[in-house]
Amino acid sequence: MATDLSTPENAAQLSASVVGEINKYDFRNEEKYSFKSRRGLDAEIVHMISDMKNEPQWMRDFRLKSLEIFNSKPMPKWGGDVSLDFNDIFYYIKPSDRQGRSWDEVPDDIKRTFDKLGIPEAEKKFLSGVKAQYESEVVYGSLREDLSRQGVLFTDTDSAVREYPDLVREYFAKIIPPTDNKFAALNSAVWSGGSFIYVPKGVKIEFPLQAYFRINAENMGQFERTLIIVDEGAQIHYVEGCTAPMYSTESLHSAVVEIMVKKHARCRYTTIQNWANNIYNLVTKRAMAYENATMEWIDGNLGSRLTMKYPAVYMMEPGARGEVLSIAFASQGQHQDAGAKMVHCAPNTSSRIISKSISKNGGRSSYRGLVRVEKDAAGSKSTVVCDALILDPKSRSDTYPYIEVENQNVSIGHEASVSRIGEEQLFYLKSRGLSEAEASTMIVNGFIEPLVKELPMEYAVEMNRLIELQMEGSVG
Amino acid sequence: MVGLTTKNEANSPAMAGDIKNDVLTIKNLHVSVDGKPILKGVNLTVRRGETHALMGPNGSGKSTLGYAIAGHPGYEVTDGSAELIVDGTTYNLLDLEADERARRGIFLAFQRPMSIPGVKLADFLRHATTNVRRPERKEGEELIPMREFRKELKSKMEQLRMDTEFARRYVNEGFSGGEMKRAEILQMAMLRPKFAILDETDSGLDVDAVRLASQSIAEIGGADMGIIIITHHDKLLEHNVPDFTHVMLGGRIVETGGRELAEELHGAGYDRIRAAYPDAAAEEKAMTEKKQAAAAV
Repeated sequence: MATDLSTPENAAQLSASVVGEINKYDFRNEEKYSFKSRRGLDAEIVHMISDMKNEPQWMRDFRLKSLEIFNSKPMPKWGGDVSLDFNDIFYYIKPSDRQGRSWDEVPDDIKRTFDKLGIPEAEKKFLSGVKAQYESEVVYGSLREDLSRQGVLFTDTDSAVREYPDLVREYFAKIIPPTDNKFAALNSAVWSGGSFIYVPKGVKIEFPLQAYFRINAENMGQFERTLIIVDEGAQIHYVEGCTAPMYSTESLHSAVVEIMVKKHARCRYTTIQNWANNIYNLVTKRAMAYENATMEWIDGNLGSRLTMKYPAVYMMEPGARGEVLSIAFASQGQHQDAGAKMVHCAPNTSSRIISKSISKNGGRSSYRGLVRVEKDAAGSKSTVVCDALILDPKSRSDTYPYIEVENQNVSIGHEASVSRIGEEQLFYLKSRGLSEAEASTMIVNGFIEPLVKELPMEYAVEMNRLIELQMEGSVG
Repeated sequence: MVGLTTKNEANSPAMAGDIKNDVLTIKNLHVSVDGKPILKGVNLTVRRGETHALMGPNGSGKSTLGYAIAGHPGYEVTDGSAELIVDGTTYNLLDLEADERARRGIFLAFQRPMSIPGVKLADFLRHATTNVRRPERKEGEELIPMREFRKELKSKMEQLRMDTEFARRYVNEGFSGGEMKRAEILQMAMLRPKFAILDETDSGLDVDAVRLASQSIAEIGGADMGIIIITHHDKLLEHNVPDFTHVMLGGRIVETGGRELAEELHGAGYDRIRAAYPDAAAEEKAMTEKKQAAAAV
């Protein structure tokens, strides 16, 4: 629920039937929590969360105020159909009493979950700091020493509130205030976990920083809160991968990600999300980019019942650049309402949105995007390309592009295409020995290739595998 | 007219006897497209090691025969049979999907191959090669090892005088006419089919490119393949001297001869054929008129 895009209110109803597709991430561990809040949301729950976390008064006040805002805001009337009972959700679960400092200290069942996700291997493979979020709290984290030496801060946001109060207070909720939208307000009231990163002036992190997220308790909301500050001339590529096991009742994921990209700095934020089919994934992501800074969002959305996510870049000073590359895959019972928001606030800023969506087996994907050019943003440029691939007649794709231009001295381009897998393409591949399913998968992987090649290697492989899993049983 | 040179040694059918038992037999094949009959009783027998030229005026059904043998779902077989015997096993082709036919040894080099954006030729070929070499492979099972595949691909590309960088390009995406045809021949080289149909592999190529294609087909096909070459010209047959030449007219093969028939048609065209087979010529005329009427609408 990232943006306040105005949209037609007659968005079609999402099919209520969520049919599970078995996938490889559908494993679950027996729940063994040290603390689980009761269902529902009120001031008492918020106090409880704040108590559990030993938070300073300002954060407690911020949460309570956010709760009021959440209660006062109506549900958005556009986008997808959010049929959620907010009183039937757990808002906070703490998986173990303290944060694991080394792998040996991490509880065994949590380790097993991580093993299945390949986290230790990732460590061995010289990945930098691995932050893995299990339920609402970070239980294991490590950061390579050379990064610490350079002054890079990388921790969970809960710890950051305690350890770096000044820095957190300066930026927290400044890019996305709780008043922004109903789900940002919800997150602000009950947030837990997420990553906090500060990259000092001039520090360039050459390898991607990664975090894995996972929801594992039935009916548990996950409200992580990420704040990244990239100081002047600094550089970072942050990778967030999410997989979730499958459950039979609704589960809500509503994250907030705020990024500050200062003068001449560069930030790339890569997400691959593969949610279970019953999850509502309503995320607000926004970055502010200053003079000659570059912000890139790479966003892969698979699974979930409904995803509403429109990563935004506000280009605040001359020369700032924003880019969103988005891949969405909607299958049976799924609605991907994804896109981007680019706001040009200063002269000579440039933005690019490339969106690729795939709909299959009755799935629906929508591109929803806003390009806004303010009065002062002369000489700005924006390009939007959105391509949709529809695999069968039951599936659906829509495009909602919004362009608001207040300055005439700008260049704006928009291209959209919708295609179907052609019988001739399929026959060509089949005549070379590929089965129909293999041929379709190959065509789909080819369709998203221009974006996949922007991913780090292991994520590109993962993305192709996820597509194969999604494509299984799609034919015949 | 360019005379046909003698068949090269590799193409001699006098090789090991057993492959000659592998045979593709088409009997009385009737095929309709969008409900319109195109093939009206085609009979054709091709043994491995033989080269057949398939000639005939435009619209006589040559490409349709190629698509029908390869198993295009839009080409509906309304009567007749297509049978493949390989290593002593008999397959009713009409019962098999296109991919299964490919796995049993059928290959069609397309006149206009489809582009598959975002899919690298090498990746596509590794998948295809694995499936054709391991016909029982299930989806998701391992592909042939990368190193082994790359080595073979490199050697085949060198043999075809292709730059290996070419394999990194997306399948037929932005290829020139010549590149497309060479990519088709490369696929044939990697898949090593038992029977290959080459649908106007010479169309759109300049004289040198046709000569190169002709030579490549001969080198790759060797004595191993049964080859059906659909062509209007004689250049492609320069290195692939036909053992048999068939002439199609009005949806049937009306005359079969040896290489001399191909030579004759190159020189004199189809007037003698039309005169000799008035029924087929009438069919051809009717089909052409129908097509023109449809186009006018």
